[in-house]
Amino acid sequence: MPATQCFAQHGQGGVPDSAVVRFAGDSGDGIQLLGDQFSLTSAIAGNAISTFPDYPSEVRAPQGSTYGVSAFQIQFGGRNIKTIGDSADVLIAFNPAALKTNLEILKPGGLIIADQGTFSKRGLKKAGYETSPLTDGSLEGYRLLAIDITKQTLAATAPFDLSKKDKQRCKNFWGLGLIFWLFHQKRATTTAWLDRKFAKKPEIARANIAALNAGHAYGENIEASHELYSCHIPAAEMPPGKYRAVTGSQAAAWGLAAASELSGRPLVFSSYPITPATTILHHLARLKDLGVITFQAEDEIAAMCAAIGTAFAGSLGATASSGPGIALKTEAIGLAVAAELPVVIINSQRAGPSTGLPTKTEQSDLYQAVYGRNGDTPLPVLAARSPADCFDVTIEAVRIALKYMTPVMMLMDGYLGNASEPWLIPDMNKLPDISVKNCTDPEGFSPFKRDADTLARLWAIPGTPGLEHRIGGLERDYVTGDVSYDPGNHQKMSQIRIDKVKGIASDLPELEIDQGERDAELGVIGWGSTYGPISRAVSNMREKGASVAHVHLRYLYPFARNQCEITSGFGRILVPEMNMGQLVTVMRDNNCPPAEGFSKVTGRPFTVTELEEAIAARLGG
Amino acid sequence: MDTKTDTVSPPLTIKDFASDQEVRWCPGCGDYSVIKAVQKTLVEVGAKRENTVFVSGIGCSSRFPYYMDTYGFHGIHGRAPAIASGLLLANPDLDVWIITGDGDGLSIGGNHMLHVLRHNYNCVILLFNNGVYGLTKGQYSPTSERGQITPSSPMGVIDPPLEPIQFAIGAGAHFVARVVDIQQQQMIDVLKAAYEHKGAAMIEIFQNCTVFNDGMCDSFATKSTKFEHQIELVAGQPLIYGKARDKGFKCDPGSLSLKSYDIGGEDDDGHGAIVHDPANRSLAFMLAQMQMPEYPVATGVIYNAPEASYEREAMRQVEEAKASSDRKSVTDVLNQGFTWEV
Ligand code: SF4
Repeated sequence: MPATQCFAQHGQGGVPDSAVVRFAGDSGDGIQLLGDQFSLTSAIAGNAISTFPDYPSEVRAPQGSTYGVSAFQIQFGGRNIKTIGDSADVLIAFNPAALKTNLEILKPGGLIIADQGTFSKRGLKKAGYETSPLTDGSLEGYRLLAIDITKQTLAATAPFDLSKKDKQRCKNFWGLGLIFWLFHQKRATTTAWLDRKFAKKPEIARANIAALNAGHAYGENIEASHELYSCHIPAAEMPPGKYRAVTGSQAAAWGLAAASELSGRPLVFSSYPITPATTILHHLARLKDLGVITFQAEDEIAAMCAAIGTAFAGSLGATASSGPGIALKTEAIGLAVAAELPVVIINSQRAGPSTGLPTKTEQSDLYQAVYGRNGDTPLPVLAARSPADCFDVTIEAVRIALKYMTPVMMLMDGYLGNASEPWLIPDMNKLPDISVKNCTDPEGFSPFKRDADTLARLWAIPGTPGLEHRIGGLERDYVTGDVSYDPGNHQKMSQIRIDKVKGIASDLPELEIDQGERDAELGVIGWGSTYGPISRAVSNMREKGASVAHVHLRYLYPFARNQCEITSGFGRILVPEMNMGQLVTVMRDNNCPPAEGFSKVTGRPFTVTELEEAIAARLGG
Repeated sequence: MDTKTDTVSPPLTIKDFASDQEVRWCPGCGDYSVIKAVQKTLVEVGAKRENTVFVSGIGCSSRFPYYMDTYGFHGIHGRAPAIASGLLLANPDLDVWIITGDGDGLSIGGNHMLHVLRHNYNCVILLFNNGVYGLTKGQYSPTSERGQITPSSPMGVIDPPLEPIQFAIGAGAHFVARVVDIQQQQMIDVLKAAYEHKGAAMIEIFQNCTVFNDGMCDSFATKSTKFEHQIELVAGQPLIYGKARDKGFKCDPGSLSLKSYDIGGEDDDGHGAIVHDPANRSLAFMLAQMQMPEYPVATGVIYNAPEASYEREAMRQVEEAKASSDRKSVTDVLNQGFTWEV
């Protein structure tokens, strides 16, 4: 049964297997903090979770304005949660603007908890309301719980020696206490966190805890008066082990650090701030104690060039950016291809073109990754499918870069970067050794001498006596590695660069069907962060008896060697993408069976419902 | 390889630093005398081939690394300083030389030049200033003179030239010098000083482009002009020039600029000429501002005030972080913070 029903009828029907809560308020209300605390508590309670922070792009938007609204959505439950949920069961709105901008995400019949105290004339006007939605009947069709949270919080914090402003600031924890009550969640994790966070200001910790408890007690009282019922969301079955929450940016950063350890090469990460990739730089800058060096370069170009210099010196060179920044790096990426140096380039994609929508997600840089350079300039392209997957894909990108002496592009996106999920902490001892050897032998040395299998050229690093050599962006002689303008040589070198990258396919795992049969009526093929919603939609449709299969691509260039073959048995193929149909083109380019694109470029991830409808329409037709 | 063998192997010669590649600069190009001076310097300072890396951008001079039997990286237009940054962060023990020009380093790569100086990466930057784009056949560059006629300025250059030394000092450089291609001994002295300096050392080299801007330095650097129109700076020595060493500089308190006077003449106040102090930034600016024809051109080390280099500071932070942290590996990082058992 849906969670919304559970709030209405005590003990009626079954237990909901998952619920979606959306916290929304002014940027200054501490919404992200609440989201983090609720996620942690749910995760510790054994729920599977998927979360997403949705904050404004303005750094300090005017208080109470609709564009200053910050939100956080979490789906938690007893089954394998793959998305943040299409729509919310509960919306807690700390001001009118938050209600206005988030109401459309609430399910019909869903629960609104609104801070009545903020629905003043002024607050309403700032949000663009003519009349108060709490009283004008416009919220009919939802369950409304209007509470003066501000007043309740002031009462709960009255005994503390704090300013009125400080007391009012505790109102987010009052709301969190109420939500904890609603889902039978424990408060201990949050109280412990508050004690730690405000160890130096214990009065603030105590006031927030009092507010948290008061919110919880308020819930117990309304339950006693049969206004609303709390409901229990069961724990999920998850593989046993030690877990933590991880965001995509964190996982990518740690993946680079892990790859540095697994390859035995020090990491120098060079990057220039850009939304949403910047957080990768932040996470790596905090790993100096592991020997990680970060360089905030003067611009995107410099960041890429520094990564190339690092690779030339024999260390692990990496950079991260987003679409417009990758565009600036493009010439230098070509240099890395020409010089055949291993560099990992992470693109945390956002909506384009140009500056586009910096804080909104998209996966529209696939063309840029696969095709976007001057000359015939191939490089491997991989994409992560979930926050935690960013860890594995980053390590895989480094493995390929080192083994094949090539720059590698790792695609993620703003959604993955910010979203978090519980993560079974990997055992580093079980991860593969990805080390490669430097050339040290001057006997018959040429910098472009290649490994017969991988076609990777020798890596000889400055400091090694007898291997002094010069490389760069000019075409090289196939044999000597000296600059060459010979026409036949350029043909040969162009070919070998393509053969080398295409040859990586033989080193990649075969593609497997994620769900469904090879001869399904409809095959749905996806890549990147659409994995969650596609996977859920296909599994829902299959439960209903639909003949549909799901194939997910990690390797976008080159494709897994059996990709075209494994997808050739489907009756038809649908490719949902958060772009205008880029994978469809790349598949056509690789002579894979024809496919139909299904685009969404609203800056928001696909909803499961949208995908179910799209699948149903193809099957019905 | 046993590094001890280095100490017994015979000292390197100029030839040991020359690669087997055919040099492709135009006959008479100033680049030839620069490469000779650099090779001589490397021999004299006892540099090791395997520890030496030349990084360049695009342009005539950026071919330089190919002609050196050391490590070399021929980058893309303007980006050599950025490539060198990453190189030094990965291996601070390398001797890194950046080869760039007035177009490469001050136009398309101006931002990188600014920041490599400000960051103070430990490298020597040779800025080959020939006042023109040579490789693309003679267009005007950021250091071209006003009025200069070139294929892209048939009616003369409109914009004023950029003065590299003032740019560098303004960017926060800690070592700035100027030399002329044909004046070998001063160039070698300056190259040595730049090599010894720990941090970014920029040397503007007036380099004659025989094809597109011939005679750029004739007004101040030929045998007949240099005495009256060039002043060679020597640390600790008074600012004196002239064939008879009869002219000196003092600071004019009214205009806060350098003023030339005849020694023993009516303007001589008897206090003597100002003594060159390379650590004096204000003096460095005044020297850099001296322009022909009113002033002689100052050459030599104009400014030298060392500070900790970027890559050393980055390493220091890493060492500090290591010393004060319990984390030893990625496993420690992954297991830190909120975790829970299922
Ligand atoms: S064009 Fe000018 S700078 Fe270039 S090699 Fe010829 S003489 Fe030298």
